Amino acid sequence: MSLQTQELLLNVGPQHPSTHGVARFRVWLDGEVVTNLEVVVGYLHRGIEKLAETRTYTQVIPLTDRLDYLCSITNNLAYCLAVEKLAGVKVPERAEYIRVIMSELQRVASHLMSVGFLLNELGAYFTPIIYCFRDREKIVDLFEMVSGQRMMYTYLRVGGVSQDLPEEFIPAVKRLIVDLRKAVDEYEALLSGNEILLARMKGVGVLSPELAVNASASGPVLRASGIKWDIRRAEPYSIYDRFKFDIPTAKNGDCYDRYWVRIEEMKQSLNIVEQALRDLPGGEIRSEVPALIRPPKGDVYRHIEAPRGDLGFYIVSDGSIAPYRIHIKPPTLINLTTMKDLCVGWKIADFIVIFGSIDVVLGEMDR
Amino acid sequence: MTTALKTEQVVSQIAAAFTGADIKVDGPAVIVAPDMVNKVCAFLKSAPGLEFDYLHNLTSVDFMDYFEVVYHLTSLKHNHSMVLKTRCFDRNNAEVASVTGVWRGADFQEREVYDLMGIKFTGHPNLKRILLWDGFLGHPLRRDYL
Amino acid sequence: MTLLNQFIEWLDNYWPHWASYLTSAIVGVLIVVIFVILGIIVVILTERRLLGRFQVRLGPNRVGPEGIFQAFADAVKVLTKEDIVPKAADHWVHWLAPVISFIPVIMVFAVVPVASGAIFADLNVGVLYLAAVSSLSVLGMFMAGWGSNNKYSLVAALRSVSQMVGYELPIVFALLAVVAAAGSMSLNRIVEAQSAAPFFLLQPLGFIIYFIASLAEINRSPFDLLEADSEIVAGVHTEYSGMKFAMFYLGEYGHAFGASCIIATLFLGGWQGPFLPGFFWFLIKGFVVFFLMIWVRATLPRVRVDQLTAIGWKLLLPLSIFNLLIVALEQIFWPGMFPWLLIGVNLLAGLALILLVGRAVTIRGGRVEV
Repeated sequence: MSLQTQELLLNVGPQHPSTHGVARFRVWLDGEVVTNLEVVVGYLHRGIEKLAETRTYTQVIPLTDRLDYLCSITNNLAYCLAVEKLAGVKVPERAEYIRVIMSELQRVASHLMSVGFLLNELGAYFTPIIYCFRDREKIVDLFEMVSGQRMMYTYLRVGGVSQDLPEEFIPAVKRLIVDLRKAVDEYEALLSGNEILLARMKGVGVLSPELAVNASASGPVLRASGIKWDIRRAEPYSIYDRFKFDIPTAKNGDCYDRYWVRIEEMKQSLNIVEQALRDLPGGEIRSEVPALIRPPKGDVYRHIEAPRGDLGFYIVSDGSIAPYRIHIKPPTLINLTTMKDLCVGWKIADFIVIFGSIDVVLGEMDR
Repeated sequence: MTTALKTEQVVSQIAAAFTGADIKVDGPAVIVAPDMVNKVCAFLKSAPGLEFDYLHNLTSVDFMDYFEVVYHLTSLKHNHSMVLKTRCFDRNNAEVASVTGVWRGADFQEREVYDLMGIKFTGHPNLKRILLWDGFLGHPLRRDYL
Repeated sequence: MTLLNQFIEWLDNYWPHWASYLTSAIVGVLIVVIFVILGIIVVILTERRLLGRFQVRLGPNRVGPEGIFQAFADAVKVLTKEDIVPKAADHWVHWLAPVISFIPVIMVFAVVPVASGAIFADLNVGVLYLAAVSSLSVLGMFMAGWGSNNKYSLVAALRSVSQMVGYELPIVFALLAVVAAAGSMSLNRIVEAQSAAPFFLLQPLGFIIYFIASLAEINRSPFDLLEADSEIVAGVHTEYSGMKFAMFYLGEYGHAFGASCIIATLFLGGWQGPFLPGFFWFLIKGFVVFFLMIWVRATLPRVRVDQLTAIGWKLLLPLSIFNLLIVALEQIFWPGMFPWLLIGVNLLAGLALILLVGRAVTIRGGRVEV
């Protein structure tokens, strides 16, 4: 007599403690094992691309903040680089160094948050999150010192940055780097050898390198699968070719490797900040750019290595003060293309961890 | 350092593979016909010396006379990149061949183009709206929507 | 002669026996219930403050001096909430589940000696009673999962049944080892048998096994799959609100309190200790065990359900059987042996076994071919 079973359709709905926002999945389960999966997005779609068509180039910058709202500086940077290439604007040296310092600090803050939330999904009851947030608070305080805001900074402008660094910034960053290095070592000591963490993450959700390249994965997801591709090295933007840093690449492509790559990237970012602080020149922070920029007709695609992947801006200009078309290439949405392949055969608990290790932010997925 | 390939080089190789095809050049971009896109992309992915195995970006622009679908490609192996474009002149029934068979990363991006711009991709395994809900009428990113 | 029996004898001077028996039963029950509820309140507060200290933050400290009235404030809040029952839920099952889940918590304290002679019922099969009663709460969890008519709760209920059933056996074997060493199933005798050395020194492996298996039985981290916040929303009590949710919440902490008291009784020597009265030693030892539980909760992530059953069946069960074997052999061949030698031997044997069995068993695993 055979047992009659039925597949359960579970809706990991837009409201769920672990969906990093309002992502929704429809998961078909056989007992606890995932047999099929469908990604449903669009709950945070605000039409940023359409809104940008009715705003001037400088007015689009606050819109870009709200994309990946945890990494506002890198969003601003990608957009400003695209417009600068289109309009042929040169950025002064001091502004370039400031942009690099801010971007790398933003990367550390973002990775701290993603590691903390990944461990929350593993079930470590809030302890790693609060430790990571304690360190992220220090970084956010620095951002507040510079731009006056804790979250959507709108700090960069086409042609430079909007405000100069206050005097207490540089000593504060130097102290912070020492603290953060100790903190990252502490996390590694506490977490990376933990037997339960290894049992939950090693070998889970393996993304093969061929599939990663074919599915246009980018960022830590791609590097964890063994492909050493970092836009800061491959197509250096801003002044990244002047800094020495490693590109951590892992071999297996499982959740543990994605976590490990982020921890190592934090260390490398701190190295870059140190080098940039050492070489920070004086000078002006923004080149002379008209208030209403009119780039010449044409199109440009510029992409940068944002903390979550390869964020690109495609801007088409028709010579007027507003862009004709802006397209934001979302690394997080594209990283989710292979979600079904990664999750089938694993259990609900693994599916949550795999999703956490891919590390999405809904603002960027849905725009 | 990724170099942008010279368009003449790419065009000559594509023309050699697809005789009689209609290939144009517009600045740094290569323009092919919409129904040939998937074959050209399969060729670009496998041709020795080109081997564009990574699709960076797939998007569309609405110039009122035509739709333009833009593909940004890179070869991780040779570290060079190129831009491929295609133009559809039929506004109400724009159709482009889908490249999901060549690069899986095109899946969600083509769905987004269909959702927001209304261009259908023939051969896509699951062409549904992705960012807007299923009953939505119209395609918001078109220049004549609102 | 327990305190309650002395009370009955004193009352027998004034009333017929059945009246004094009834009165003493009611008084005893009231004392136990009040003790348990006060204990739960203290435990909840301690957990929240201690968890906060582990996480580099203060816990609740506004309500009352240092936040000691926080639990009362929560109780008032919970009592004023609307009691929502899903329309398609099985009404009686849904209503009974929190009750059945909370009652074993109080019942367990009936056989725990809190001080010399202060025990409600000095059963001579106290350990058997413990094992039986503590497995009743599985039923409550499962009824909650089924009666809620919610897929998340159902998944959680299925997990909980497999978890609790799987860890009963290691608990029972560890208990049997304690019984073998003490020579009796009555908890009073077990406490008295630890006057030479507490059992956690004499049977370190048994203590570890019982502690881990208790964590699994009471659904605490790292085995809190039942209420895995990040996966199945709130698990079994997703659909409960108001006082019913409070019953589950109290029940969970009551289980933790009960398990710490039992571990203190069985392994740490109960109420024995110099200088202070027995009751204080009991509370201190219970608190030490509870502190360990909070420490584990704040530090470790959660295991997956198949890893949980693997730990229970493949790792803990063989270890507990070997533990029982060693203790039984010692009782047969070396009865009355000087305790320090026994402690040393058991410690070495425990370590060796943990290493051996740990090497032989893998708990990482399992992608299923679909």
